Amino acid sequence: MTMSVIWTGMTVVSVVCALLTGRGAQTAAAALEGAKAAVELCLSIGGMLCLWSGVLEVMKRCGLSQKLSRLLRPVLRRLYPGLSGDPEVMDSIAANVSANLLGLSNAATPPGLKAARAICRHGGRRAGDALCMLVVCNTASIQLIPTTVASVRAAAGSAAPFDILPAVWLASAISVAVGIGAVKLLGRLWRDRDVESA
Amino acid sequence: MWNLLSTMLLPLLLAFVALYAMTRRVDVYDALVCGAGEGLATLGRILPSLVALLTAVHMLRASGALDLACAALAPALECLGIPPQTAPLMLVRPVSGSAALGVGSELIGQYGPDSYLGRVAAVMLGSTETTFYAIAVYFGAAGVTRTRYAVPAALCADLAGFTAAAWAVRICFGMG
Repeated sequence: MTMSVIWTGMTVVSVVCALLTGRGAQTAAAALEGAKAAVELCLSIGGMLCLWSGVLEVMKRCGLSQKLSRLLRPVLRRLYPGLSGDPEVMDSIAANVSANLLGLSNAATPPGLKAARAICRHGGRRAGDALCMLVVCNTASIQLIPTTVASVRAAAGSAAPFDILPAVWLASAISVAVGIGAVKLLGRLWRDRDVESA
Repeated sequence: MWNLLSTMLLPLLLAFVALYAMTRRVDVYDALVCGAGEGLATLGRILPSLVALLTAVHMLRASGALDLACAALAPALECLGIPPQTAPLMLVRPVSGSAALGVGSELIGQYGPDSYLGRVAAVMLGSTETTFYAIAVYFGAAGVTRTRYAVPAALCADLAGFTAAAWAVRICFGMG
């Protein structure tokens, strides 16, 4: 439903704006161009998308992904202090984070959701600190090799499509750090109304 | 050194993964082809929404609405050191991944992939996620209706990512 509102808003705003600025003809042409551009974009990034999905499948089958998730466990124990006594949940979270690192969002979601459900078993309908941490970590990107973006740059004729990697890592690290910091800080400051009145 | 590594990254990675998988007796070729088929399915899933969203984005741009929005947001963004032309990308990023991909690739094509703006758009795309999608999926699966501070914290992370993208490109490449 959200996307319907956004899309309708975008088209209505364009039509109103086009009428006000007298750019009706350009706007009409742009509608056709946009649809064509979408197909061209898909064609130009399609090869890379398929290749990378293939490589990730190989990584999954030969155990490289599981290796990565084992490496992550010590770090995760510090992020979720309340869950360290629950190895099954920690395993799910490690699998979720390592799939996110590899850019496997389809593979990251199932273990992430499993962890979310396990965390909430006792929590009821109110989000606890661990669940907030899990969600915020999944709304921030920690992908090591952003292949889709690189293939868009390659399609646009970039000299070295992967040269943005250090900048992506830096920006991701700052974003994730701010997210984690916000969760830790708000977790202490946030007062629920019914808790106060109780 | 970094130059060579970043240009050779993909071939090196391909060779490394294939060799490693061979030592583990994995049918590399079969896995590769199976995975590539899944990639094709992903492509088929994002194409329809890209058609819808790029049509709207092109119309917004041609009608002059995007210029107006950028002009309105410019003072706030310049304070943070973010180029105002990326405003539409930041507005759609938390809501829709394919819309952001569409808007981002428009920016990259329009200003050039190796320009300052093109790089900032790419880094913004690469360092943030579709925040509201993740929030909806995770809280939906957990059956949680009271999300408490998760949304403000996630949006803080997004804003930090956008600002950091603009600064990181400046640090790594200069103003281009």
